[in-house]
Amino acid sequence: MTDALTEGFIELDRVEKVFDVRKKTGFLRRERHQVRAVDSISFTVARGEMVGYIGPNGAGKSTTIKMLTGILTPSGGRLRVAGIDPSRERTRLAHRIGVVFGQRTTLWWDLPLIDSYKLMHRMYRIPDARYRENLDRLVELLDLGALLDVPVRQLSLGQRMRGDIAAALLHDPEVLYLDEPTIGLDVISKARVREFLRELNTERSTTVLLTTHDLSDIEQLCSRVMVIDHGRMMYDGPLTGLHEIGDGERTLVVDLERELPPIEVDAARVVKIDGPRQWLAFPASASAAPLVARIAAEYPLVDLSVREPDIEAVISRMYAEKATS
Amino acid sequence: MTVSTSTPASTAGSRVAEGLRAYLLIAGMWIRAGMTYRTSFVVTVIGNLLLSGMDFVGILLMFSQVDSLGGWTLPEVAFLYGLSATAFGITDLLLGSSEVLGARIRDGSFDTLLVRPVPVLAQVAADQFPLRRFGRVIQGSLVLGWALFAVDVDWTVPKALLVPVMLVSGALIFGAIFVAGAAFQFLAQDAAQVQNAFTYGGTTMLQYPPTLFGKDLVRGVTFVLPLAFVNWLPASYVLGRPYPLDLPTWVTYMSPLAAGVCCGLAGVVWRAGLRSYRSTGS
Repeated sequence: MTDALTEGFIELDRVEKVFDVRKKTGFLRRERHQVRAVDSISFTVARGEMVGYIGPNGAGKSTTIKMLTGILTPSGGRLRVAGIDPSRERTRLAHRIGVVFGQRTTLWWDLPLIDSYKLMHRMYRIPDARYRENLDRLVELLDLGALLDVPVRQLSLGQRMRGDIAAALLHDPEVLYLDEPTIGLDVISKARVREFLRELNTERSTTVLLTTHDLSDIEQLCSRVMVIDHGRMMYDGPLTGLHEIGDGERTLVVDLERELPPIEVDAARVVKIDGPRQWLAFPASASAAPLVARIAAEYPLVDLSVREPDIEAVISRMYAEKATS
Repeated sequence: MTVSTSTPASTAGSRVAEGLRAYLLIAGMWIRAGMTYRTSFVVTVIGNLLLSGMDFVGILLMFSQVDSLGGWTLPEVAFLYGLSATAFGITDLLLGSSEVLGARIRDGSFDTLLVRPVPVLAQVAADQFPLRRFGRVIQGSLVLGWALFAVDVDWTVPKALLVPVMLVSGALIFGAIFVAGAAFQFLAQDAAQVQNAFTYGGTTMLQYPPTLFGKDLVRGVTFVLPLAFVNWLPASYVLGRPYPLDLPTWVTYMSPLAAGVCCGLAGVVWRAGLRSYRSTGS
């Protein structure tokens, strides 16, 4: 138990998950083949760390989270959370973890939000004083006061997500798993959720493992990021390192007043023109501000936006790097 | 490795206690939520009562044309009906929600039950606790109450005791079928109708005298799927009616045993189903 307190609060050692997929190929004829959703993944997360776990759809992110919560049993390897084997002692582990699934709620759909919390209170056997204290704090931080008596099905996606996060934290879990917590949220809700998570991690030193396919979640929250694709670990390290590998280029999308010939500035090149709109690529390491200033000074600028390289682009570059090195 | 000091029996016992506690918590919350609209609750219970009473009206209509059904009089058939409907009603009230398990597996919301620290079966069964189904229990016990007065029986202590024994064992036998049916939905997520064939189909069959059915069917529900222990066997004895199969009298008292075996098997099947889910996912 002592090592769980220091290093390796979450430990995975060559963990695998193989699914048997059966496909009908004819009358009574079935073809079986195996899909390695998670293929020999190892990592450790220390107590109080906040780690991003990213990858394209179907990479194995959710499968990993499901094994870490005990929902799925690994096909191979060793896995421990707070010293507990999740699949063998699922209900014991449940007291120590909080889980938020972005795509589905853990709240009772037809009941007012507060009823779900009251039920959690009894179900997790949270001491009364602790429950009241936690509920008050979460209601304040996540701005839930006006929503407590509203049935969950009537909440907007952003409201429901905040409600779900509160539900996952009422019993003071030591680790919080978030599976796509900002999916489908508007900008304001996203910002609010991120701010809350940052505070949770710094003030309560709750360990947070976050899956997402939105790189900006990671940029704003996590100092460490793990990239998974086809069930394999592609990268584990600081986010800056990922930018260097994936280095890409960011894209500045510029809307001009009218159609003009390609913009000419240093450190950026036009990659696409569509009427008055032009796309300029520039190194991800460079700041966008001077570039924007220069363009604004010389061209009739109406609107602009900066696009980060997306995860798919970063990963495809990773493959390219591997092939050349 | 964690060292467990408790014996398997005591852990199983504490799991059952945990499950019951969780069940009461969840069901209690749904009941309180349902009670906030008292009028609507009363109306739906009465509606349910009338609706489930329709099949008894069917039996009454039959008896307006004939004096006996398979050699059984109206009060005797009402006795069977009351036992079967009440036992089934209790189970349907307590475990009926488990038929949506397949739907929950399909839409992925089943996963959210697995991250909570209480037994999954309790969560599945107590979800949306359908208080309106209380109507069926009321209707069944009304018919049973009338039948108890109307049947021509010399009541002895063992015969009188058999009535509550039949209700409890019957509810447990139906309960085992509900749980096994729910477990089957881990394999086939649209299998709720198969489950219904055994539960709703079973209770309807038991509302009629065994003498109406073929011997093979009677053998099947006596020795394979022991529905006959819900009411057919003990009720034949209480009423002094010959049972289609030649069985010794002590079999009459075996309903609790049959119920115990069914529940044990259902528990094993449920655990196997849950294990297969956890190793394959949805």
